[in-house]
Amino acid sequence: MKRLGLLLIIVSFLPCLALAKEAKPLSNDPELEKRVMALSEQLRCLVCQNETLAGSQADLAEDLRGLIREQMKAGKSDKEIIAFLTERYGKFILYKPPVDPTTYLLWFGPFLLLLAGLFFLFRYLKQRRDLIIEQPLSADEHRRAEALLNTAQGNKTA
Amino acid sequence: MRYAIPLIIFLVIAAFLASRLRGGYDPHRIPSALINKPAPEFQLQELRNPTQTFSPKQMRGKVWLLNVWGSWCVACREEHPFLMELSKSGGIPLYGLNWKDKREDALAVLEEIGDPYVLNVSDFDGRVAIDYGITGAPETYLIDQNGIIRYKEIGQLTPDIMAQKILPMVKDLNK
Repeated sequence: MKRLGLLLIIVSFLPCLALAKEAKPLSNDPELEKRVMALSEQLRCLVCQNETLAGSQADLAEDLRGLIREQMKAGKSDKEIIAFLTERYGKFILYKPPVDPTTYLLWFGPFLLLLAGLFFLFRYLKQRRDLIIEQPLSADEHRRAEALLNTAQGNKTA
Repeated sequence: MRYAIPLIIFLVIAAFLASRLRGGYDPHRIPSALINKPAPEFQLQELRNPTQTFSPKQMRGKVWLLNVWGSWCVACREEHPFLMELSKSGGIPLYGLNWKDKREDALAVLEEIGDPYVLNVSDFDGRVAIDYGITGAPETYLIDQNGIIRYKEIGQLTPDIMAQKILPMVKDLNK
């Protein structure tokens, strides 16, 4: 059973390894190549999903970079290419999530947590402050305190 | 009560993580952007008759399945016996998109383990696959009479998926 588990773990990582390959020669226009890589940085590889299209060596990522290169050569703008890809792969292909209702929680969640934290902090501080009530000593207590202090001093000098 | 709060938070997080682990959640199942949209047009050469071409246009009026596969794809091999069964039952025509494959490799596989497809087209450079938003093989599309994609299965077709998801939709579409 243990062995099977280990095997499963290894096998689950295989697709990423199996798809890794030598990079294909790039086109000989460095300006274009720069643009292709810059745009690929903003897109997600759909095979190894935590990688950008620029960093991935998966076959599909290579194909997609080829397609981006081709479309750039054809004079398409970055925006048009992104639109072309999201039409086919959905917003998931965007490495930086867009701000829209499905991602509000992602974008604003941390601020909500911060606000909630501040709320509880202030509530706690207020509670604590309310607990501390300044109570002046009565004349009787004053005398007792003084007597205690005196004996303490007396002990020290003795 | 004071001490119960961290415990409750822990249980909520644990339940959430467990649901993601055990609920059949697969991060590779990206919801398709093409559901209820027209199936992208293409014209590709047929695998068996390279002089002929096939285009989804020809399927107007029919409900059909388009299965993406390759001879290099291990999961497709696993899926294959069920596809054979499916084609024998004759319930729905099954077409194949042979993705980034060599013609002779694809033909050899079909020769060896049987050919469940009515017809196969060759997508040598994978451009049609990109048009269909394919992330990995096998994937299967259900396309209706008007050429609209109704369903996409990422991964292998199984008897369960067929019976619970696809066949009810086919039934509805054929009404």
